[in-house]
Amino acid sequence: MNIDLPSYLDQSEAVKKRFDELKKREVLLDVQNLDKDYITRKGSVTALNKVNFKAFRREFISVIGPSGCGKSTLIRILAGLEDPTGGQVLLDGEPISGPCPQRGMVFQNYTLFPWRTVKKNVMFGLEMAGGSGTEIESEAKQWIDLVGLSKFENAYPNQLSGGMKQRVAIARALANKPRILLMDEPFGALDAQTRANMQSHLLQIWKNINITILFITHDLDEAIYLSDRILVLKAHPGEVQEVIEVPVSRPRSPEQFLNPEFIATKNRLEELIHPKSDKESEELNIVRMTNVNDNIE
Amino acid sequence: MSSGSNWFAIRKELTPSQSTFLTGLSFLLPVLLWCAVSYVPWIWHPMVEIQNKGDVSYFREGRLVKKDVFQRENNKMLEAGKTLALGKPANPIYLPPPHQVAKAMYTGFTTKPRRKGEPWLHESLLHSAKIIFWGFTLSSLIGVPLGILAGCYSFFKKLFEPFIEFFRYLPAPAFGALAVAILGIYDAPKVSIIFIGTFFQQVLVISNTTSKLEVSLIEAAQTLGANRIQMLTRVVIPGILPNLYKDLRILLGWAWTYLIVAEIVGTSTGITWFINQQAKYRIYENVYAAIFMIGFIGLATDLILGWIGDRLFPWENARKGTQEGVLSRMFSSITKYLRSLTSKTASS
Repeated sequence: MNIDLPSYLDQSEAVKKRFDELKKREVLLDVQNLDKDYITRKGSVTALNKVNFKAFRREFISVIGPSGCGKSTLIRILAGLEDPTGGQVLLDGEPISGPCPQRGMVFQNYTLFPWRTVKKNVMFGLEMAGGSGTEIESEAKQWIDLVGLSKFENAYPNQLSGGMKQRVAIARALANKPRILLMDEPFGALDAQTRANMQSHLLQIWKNINITILFITHDLDEAIYLSDRILVLKAHPGEVQEVIEVPVSRPRSPEQFLNPEFIATKNRLEELIHPKSDKESEELNIVRMTNVNDNIE
Repeated sequence: MSSGSNWFAIRKELTPSQSTFLTGLSFLLPVLLWCAVSYVPWIWHPMVEIQNKGDVSYFREGRLVKKDVFQRENNKMLEAGKTLALGKPANPIYLPPPHQVAKAMYTGFTTKPRRKGEPWLHESLLHSAKIIFWGFTLSSLIGVPLGILAGCYSFFKKLFEPFIEFFRYLPAPAFGALAVAILGIYDAPKVSIIFIGTFFQQVLVISNTTSKLEVSLIEAAQTLGANRIQMLTRVVIPGILPNLYKDLRILLGWAWTYLIVAEIVGTSTGITWFINQQAKYRIYENVYAAIFMIGFIGLATDLILGWIGDRLFPWENARKGTQEGVLSRMFSSITKYLRSLTSKTASS
């Protein structure tokens, strides 16, 4: 089957217009010359090398790359959990330092507080900010409503499925009204069906509130389906290879997985992340272990 | 064979009835062995209880003599043509049969102390429990905060742990003489032995438990705006609480094992005094009864604490089904039964 695919760089009028408007918005996150070296016993290892990119207000930006490209390091620096060796990050023009509820984070391994109910988990940030009583409780309830878990507000995390836990984690981060939501492979541990539901769910949330999302994933389909732009990193050292403007129109739906522009973008990502030479060297030399003559192919 | 009836599957859970059966058996087997040795005359029984002394001058009725001595004396009597002594096989006095020990469990409490001013059994037990309580409480008051600090901050870990690692190898009883010199001969040195025996392990165990708390929970709290103090009070402490509670349960058992050495420091008191006194009187069933009582008190405290723990930390077993231990299940069904009894009597 060989059909001519458009270039991933071709954008329809509507998409082009959308990107023009997006780039007119103010820059929310400005990453400038970010370096990160780790000192190990064998010497220093460069995890990130001169990473530059911008995220605009209400943009959905994904970071993708092979393992070891430093995407987790990048998001941990943005969250303030690690300090960069060089460069800086500006949020609304102000340099960041340390963790802050302005930059909400959703981790891959849920990280809900097991001793708190769903409601209490969502209230955590509000309590830390000094809130108390029924006021923050009703506020928390709104966020639980938003992620569709009102029925479970009094459940403990270990009574929830993986997808539900991650929805609580999203509500918990959003309750602090962050400027940006950082998501570190949030759906990586979920099964395919739940993951697909969570993706549409996340797009709904993103549409309905004023939030910029930076999303890390290793799933190409997920990155294209969700994002406005995709930041492709390469490994050793972690550097920006290309920033791809996803030419798929919005609103997104799962049917678009088969659109030519979707497939073209995916092919481009494949090229960048798994270059041809790599693939060939991975070819296995398999010895035939059976002498039965039936051909199963 | 169905998987349910498989008794020896590696790392597989047994069915509830299988585990109940084995729990019963684990207590029953030693008791059965003890019964066999006590009641079956041809098993062991190295002594002879004199029933009729015959013409042996130094035999007394009811006394125990070794089998070979009995045989030798009777041979002598046979040669001399005198009356033989009569006797039946018996165990040494230090191995009383189960029923005597069981009876002593009750009579120990009802028997008046021999001399005026000596404590009753329940008073001795209470005194022992008091020593444990104070030793353990004092140790926990200092040990738990230090353990948490060492588990949280590398600074305190590096500052405390090397010395504690060294100190915990020093046997607590070795400090007995010092404790008496410093604290006198009454309860204070005993409490201090329990303290020394518990404290150093406690700091290390709790530090370890604290450092095992998932670091991502702390990171999540940071991104949600928790400051340093809030991370400690709102994340670390509630996060480790169930495991801390379990640790304390285990450490309390540890404290009990130091009881006997602690109680012979200075003036002998508590259950240790009772045991030694009864051994002096050669009433060994009381000795066994007292030793078992320590075991029962320890086991009962642990079950009660476990039962309370299940209620204190509902999130720990929110989805737990049958993993609950047999003993704690037995215990909770007993409490349920008692509760139904009290509610019945209350309503009638």
